Amino acid sequence: MKRSNLTRKDLAKTINEKLGFSQRSAGELVDQVFTTMKQTLLKEESIKLVQFGTFGVRQKSARIGRNPRTGETMEISARSMVTFKASKHLRAKINK
Amino acid sequence: MNKSGLIEIISRETKLPLREASAVTNTILDLMIDTLAKGDSIELRGFGSFIVKEYKSYQGRNPKTGQIIEVPPKKLPFFKVGKELKERVNS
Repeated sequence: MKRSNLTRKDLAKTINEKLGFSQRSAGELVDQVFTTMKQTLLKEESIKLVQFGTFGVRQKSARIGRNPRTGETMEISARSMVTFKASKHLRAKINK
Repeated sequence: MNKSGLIEIISRETKLPLREASAVTNTILDLMIDTLAKGDSIELRGFGSFIVKEYKSYQGRNPKTGQIIEVPPKKLPFFKVGKELKERVNS
């Protein structure tokens, strides 16, 4: 079954229709929301959205890995990664 | 940071009253929740994407007692960080 895919454009359309902002401002507002979330994560600060879930940044230390193609061992450098844990509310809604 | 902190920054950046910044944020989150609840995915360029994975029923174990139990089928949402954010968080 083909699943549809929600994009920024769909979010802007809903902001425009439901809240009456112009299409252009609706688009800018959607961008602002995700820019703010991005900047927060870039400061390595987590974001807790009670109904939705928690975004965080986790530090991973360097480790020895292998190139799966060549079998060569190499060091994978220490890095940060963004994590997301869905809230109970969201998980319950998905399974309803 | 929680949702009110996020709304405060959005309100400051957009010069919208808190009430409106809050309506915008909630409308976005509600639509994202409804989308995932239907099993659909979300793709936000530069930020990341969300998909719902379906799991069939399987036999699992209670890690504490070792007892074998039947885990019912379930769906779980996953987030994949976008390329741009993934790279920037590392630099």
